Amino acid sequence: MTWSDVFGNGWDAIRTHKLRSMLTSLGILIGIAAVVLTVGLGQGAQQKVAKQLAALGGNLLIVSPGSSTSGGVRGGFGSASTLTMADATALTSKTAAPDVSGVAPVLQSSQELDNGSTNWTTTVVGTTSSWLPVRGRTLESGRFINASDQASAAAVTVLASDTASELFGPIDPVGQTVTINSVPYEVVGVLTSAGSDSTSNLDDQAIVPFSTASQRIVGGTNRTSVQTIYVKASSPDRLSAAYQETNAILQYRHAITASSTTDFSITTQQSVIKTSSSVDNTLTTLLIGVAALSLIVGGIGVMNIMLVSVKERTREIGLRKALGGTPALIRRQFLSEASMLGLTGGLLGVAVGVGGALLLPHFISNPIAISVPWIAVAIAVAIAIGVGFGVYPAARAAKLSPIDALRSE
Amino acid sequence: MASPVIELDEVRKTYRTGAIEVEALRGVSLSIAQGEYVAVMGPSGSGKSTLMHILGCLDVPSSGQYQLAGEDVSAMDEIDLAEVRNRRIGFVFQQFNLLASMTAQRNVELPLSYAGVPRESRRQRARDALERVGLGDRVDHRPGELSGGQQQRVAVARALVTDPTLVLADEPTGNLDSAAAEDVLRLFGELHQQGCMVVLITHEAEVAARADRVIRIRDGAIAYDEVGVR
Repeated sequence: MTWSDVFGNGWDAIRTHKLRSMLTSLGILIGIAAVVLTVGLGQGAQQKVAKQLAALGGNLLIVSPGSSTSGGVRGGFGSASTLTMADATALTSKTAAPDVSGVAPVLQSSQELDNGSTNWTTTVVGTTSSWLPVRGRTLESGRFINASDQASAAAVTVLASDTASELFGPIDPVGQTVTINSVPYEVVGVLTSAGSDSTSNLDDQAIVPFSTASQRIVGGTNRTSVQTIYVKASSPDRLSAAYQETNAILQYRHAITASSTTDFSITTQQSVIKTSSSVDNTLTTLLIGVAALSLIVGGIGVMNIMLVSVKERTREIGLRKALGGTPALIRRQFLSEASMLGLTGGLLGVAVGVGGALLLPHFISNPIAISVPWIAVAIAVAIAIGVGFGVYPAARAAKLSPIDALRSE
Repeated sequence: MASPVIELDEVRKTYRTGAIEVEALRGVSLSIAQGEYVAVMGPSGSGKSTLMHILGCLDVPSSGQYQLAGEDVSAMDEIDLAEVRNRRIGFVFQQFNLLASMTAQRNVELPLSYAGVPRESRRQRARDALERVGLGDRVDHRPGELSGGQQQRVAVARALVTDPTLVLADEPTGNLDSAAAEDVLRLFGELHQQGCMVVLITHEAEVAARADRVIRIRDGAIAYDEVGVR
């Protein structure tokens, strides 16, 4: 008896009891659909976080001035003075920092922006033209600040999307004027929405040239001091190399020989990624556990139906044995039936799961990933459950004596 | 008389039900030659069913020898017995025992599939066997679409499709009306004419009368063995 005969017979038996087979598969169907959906939810959330972080600078180093080493007496404004525009320029050196692809010095301050009678208080960010690629942002309309704005300390600004709608409503802000500190600024562009990171709304800020911010808005004695330098590594796996280079350049420039006197600090967003993915892993593990339970219940359903089937088909088993069916072949036949019940449940479960993964994101905010390797695993698990829970009923069928089996009514 | 194909020597069979031992066969010795048509008769409880089970290799004797076509089957294990049944014996049962989900042809193919016959030759042999029992036009019917007599003829086709040494029929007419029973008995007669060995278990004297040789079993032993009663 070939395998195709064995599976042909199994398929016959399943087709003969369509309703019963469907109901039996239902348990496995629900379990597999749950696995596909929960894994999809977990992976979708992870991908979303990873994508967000990558877009907002997954390969980003944030250099901040340190205040601890400056004696503790210098606070606020003064603590920012350890980093300068010259530091930022030094980091752009292709020879000293080959793994750095972009450097954006930032000087920011909270200001009131006015459009006629409408006012809105937001963060005004003074930076250079490299801010856009370094922070991974794009423009919705207009242009970004450029080198000539920088050179002339021009009164131009680029608004983030929320800021733009707060000040101008539905009107296109490009070409309009906002007033900061009684000085009119021309709006030259609007940023595409980027959502929020863990600390701030990325869509609520106004970008101005660095020179404009330091000379006209922040002021102060040291007009080249910088609050933060964003350093972008050429790729996420070059992040630690970029970190080393940045650290070395700044220590050299600040003439620091001992790490205890370091007057700046470099942080990354890696720690944020780690935290968020570990939370997702816990949740995914929990949901997989729930799905595993429902698969076990489904498997018990398969075993139940197979036992009923063996009992009902005792005569058939007796006949097959009389015609030359060995115990091994009888066992194989029932195992193939059980595995096909599992496979049916698995395939339908994957169909429902994938359908859910396509439909649900329209109703809930979470994205659901469809993972092909996990679908393959789910189908293999469904078959394994059918076989696993079919072993005992199949053994009972194989053990029947042909005489008793033929006699049964 | 040709050399015997079936040879039973002092075959005993004891069943144990709880504390009671039942001796169903108490030393049966019997030889049947190639091409014989034998009827086994006896009242219920006489041991004729046990004899049929042993002849059909569905069970093994507790003691004694059973030689089937030169093979000692009395000491075989379950797997070898299954193989011997498949190769040597064609069963016809009172209840037909056809599988309802399969067509007549697939029912007849079943013993060939256990023998590992390739699909194409299996199909051809099943069609030939159905042709032989006069059901060449019913190959794609399921048992539910056939009359009782037709179903039993499908069962006969299934029994002879493997060219068995022995066709063993257990009350083959017990569930049939007299016209259908006549059809099936005529078929056994034809098989016998073609040289096939037929052993028929029955309690109806008129059925037994069709055979060349009648063996009566009583209390687990042969009470009467007559050749050429007709």
